[in-house]
Amino acid sequence: MPRQIVIDPITRLEGHGKIDIILDDKGNVERAYFQVPELRGFERFAIGRPSEDMPQITSRICGVCPTAHHMASTKALDDLYKVTPPPAALKVREMLYNIFTMEDHALHFFYLGGPDFVVGPKADKGSRNILGVLGKVGQEVGLKVIGTRKELRELMILAMGKAIHPVFGLPGGISKPISKDDRPRFVKAARNAVEFGQFCLKIFDDIVLKNPQYMEYITSEAYTHKTYYMGMVDEKNRINFYDGPLRVVAPDGKEYVKFPGGDYLKHLAEHVEPWSYIKFTYLKGVGWKDFVEGPDSGVMGVAPLGRLNASEGMATPLAQEAYDMYMKTCGGRPVHFTLATHWARLVELLYAAERMQELADDDETYSPDVRVIPTEKPTEGIGVVEAPRGTLIHHYQTDDKGLITMANLIVATQNNAARIAMSVDRAARKLISNGQVDDGILNMVEMAFRAYDPCNGCATHTLPGHMPLIVNLYDREKRLLREIRRD
Amino acid sequence: MSKPKVAFYWCASCGGCEETVVDLNEAILNVVAAVDIVLWPVALDFKRSDVEKMPDGSIAVSFINGAIRSSEQFEMVEMLRKKSGLVVAFGSCAQLGGIPGLGNLFDRRGLLETVYKTCPSLTNGNTTTPVTSTKVEKGTLSLPELWDTVKTLDQVIKVDYYLPGCPPPPNLIADAVNAILSGKLPPPGSVLAPDMALCEDCPRRDSKPDKIQLSGFHRPHEIIIDPDKCLLAQGLLCLGSVTRQGCGSVCVNGNMPCTGCMGPTSHVADYGAKALSAIASMVDSNDETEIAAILDKIVDPLGTFYRYSLPASLLHRAYAAGTNGGKK
Repeated sequence: MPRQIVIDPITRLEGHGKIDIILDDKGNVERAYFQVPELRGFERFAIGRPSEDMPQITSRICGVCPTAHHMASTKALDDLYKVTPPPAALKVREMLYNIFTMEDHALHFFYLGGPDFVVGPKADKGSRNILGVLGKVGQEVGLKVIGTRKELRELMILAMGKAIHPVFGLPGGISKPISKDDRPRFVKAARNAVEFGQFCLKIFDDIVLKNPQYMEYITSEAYTHKTYYMGMVDEKNRINFYDGPLRVVAPDGKEYVKFPGGDYLKHLAEHVEPWSYIKFTYLKGVGWKDFVEGPDSGVMGVAPLGRLNASEGMATPLAQEAYDMYMKTCGGRPVHFTLATHWARLVELLYAAERMQELADDDETYSPDVRVIPTEKPTEGIGVVEAPRGTLIHHYQTDDKGLITMANLIVATQNNAARIAMSVDRAARKLISNGQVDDGILNMVEMAFRAYDPCNGCATHTLPGHMPLIVNLYDREKRLLREIRRD
Repeated sequence: MSKPKVAFYWCASCGGCEETVVDLNEAILNVVAAVDIVLWPVALDFKRSDVEKMPDGSIAVSFINGAIRSSEQFEMVEMLRKKSGLVVAFGSCAQLGGIPGLGNLFDRRGLLETVYKTCPSLTNGNTTTPVTSTKVEKGTLSLPELWDTVKTLDQVIKVDYYLPGCPPPPNLIADAVNAILSGKLPPPGSVLAPDMALCEDCPRRDSKPDKIQLSGFHRPHEIIIDPDKCLLAQGLLCLGSVTRQGCGSVCVNGNMPCTGCMGPTSHVADYGAKALSAIASMVDSNDETEIAAILDKIVDPLGTFYRYSLPASLLHRAYAAGTNGGKK
């Protein structure tokens, strides 16, 4: 009988990960560990870089959600230079941010997480993927998905320069306005996007909600944890992805705290384990009590499940209807079912589409006035957005020239990391007994993390530092000098 | 006849190289119809053990993205090399080290110490740091060892072709796949992109003066950037004159300067050195003090000129005591 089962690499997520399942003498699960085996070092090599390069450098933390890093970083630069961008710049940023969120959520549903439901959790491993999905929903639907995503990505390129690793964010605005000539394209794409959002919810309804077996999975003990939840909200406690305070609710759904992102160090802290390179964010006021749930444990959930729980509704009409239906079906707020995240994600997708439509219909979005030149001396800045995978915080300090002296990044998946680890452990315990495992069972263990759409690329960005770096590369003979020193 | 087998794998990277494959849009369906993908962790459920079971040389081509900085990444690419007829270094990180390659300004020990000891959001008094082996109840958990030095793919295994860019543009990927499938490949070692500088292809080319002479440099946030005029002529550090074309001038179209992710053309040995000398030659002064003042505006030469290529460069890494000479 095997004593240790390793799933390596775990698949259909962004970045690297493995699951180590340790069995006892009877072949039951002693404990399952969700491990992140990689690390790069952005906070460290940010030191010495010009702060205005950070939106482009930090986007390389994650090529799936580069827009999230780009935007959090750009907002941190606004704060660093204490500059308020013109209204048009803020509208363009928010519209593009919603376009990005929409296509990213769609990517997860069709490519990453959706295949487990659309094709089936225990289907052959060769078919549990986008190709299997296309086989199931038909080529026509497949082309619709691809076509919608393509149009959204083209609009991102139009406005942001690149869809993967945008270039348009600057302190005080954006590098270029959207031309009035392009307005019809945005308006038309927004109409299609809203329709697409409804279409995705319909697919979910047909394939998942109408299948009693799936509903049993979603509501089962194996995929449930009662934790705190955090997300960004507007003045009416409705979800916002681009700006607003962070709201935390307790496992009973009551507001625990609401705070501006700039106060994150008062409310959040990171725990380290020897067996993973990821750091586990928790609520500082509640404290770290190990990988446990309940009101006394600082473990929280973010991303769609967390955001819907931490909000009191959606700011657009169709998404609000979808929100109400979701909450009603899942037994009311807060929803503790991890697999319900798939549904929550599609509610958010519809909101993002509707918000895109509002902004695409707004004359001011196309104003040429999109820049304010910063004049303040830079010192410190914090920028926060809701990445598709949860709250994302960029925090910089600089010298007088605006060169980075300290960078701290708390990324979405870190905020979910403890809950993900607990979900994988619980799913393994409930699904594996007497040493009986097969590909289908192991995939159902993987489904416990997949619901979160974790981004281990983001999660392994870390490695902060405070080491000044002095570089002198040029001499009068125009030769390269090999002089690189650290003080 | 069975379809050629293809693997996609990622190392120290961001996932943008996987997204750009998805950005082939409907063309990906043609690729999928023509080949058999045997490994692609972002999208397919095949595991390491599935590939290990395959005979050596049975994969037609492996596209590997990301730099190499851990024992696990090294084992995976070594294994894929054995299984594959061709290996393509996919994207800036695999080709040149990429942005994670800036990690070579530091070493592992310092990295681990500061991330798990001094970051402002850590639990107060944290004493834990991840280790390669942890004993737990009834078992042992392992983590790959991080290397001190970030390596390019061709510094650890033989590479047959390179697809440049951060990320590689979808049209170059499609062209590369077609070339491989039809066997119409350029000489081994080639970079599968046009071998000309971006300036030659730039939409603002006509506004570029014959001889650029600059009496000062600007950082992008300091000026309102003219959307039509040559960025270099506006005093911005646009690296299009030394960077390979093929990206479609996307950053320039975004009204921001080229930062050099496509790397050098085949005529250049060290991208950063070339960029540095090209920019330096544009300084319009013969007065030492004035030159110094002008160059002072280039606040981060290393991070600017070697942003994507430090591990592949002559500099390779910063000196760090006790790092076994950059061997790992």
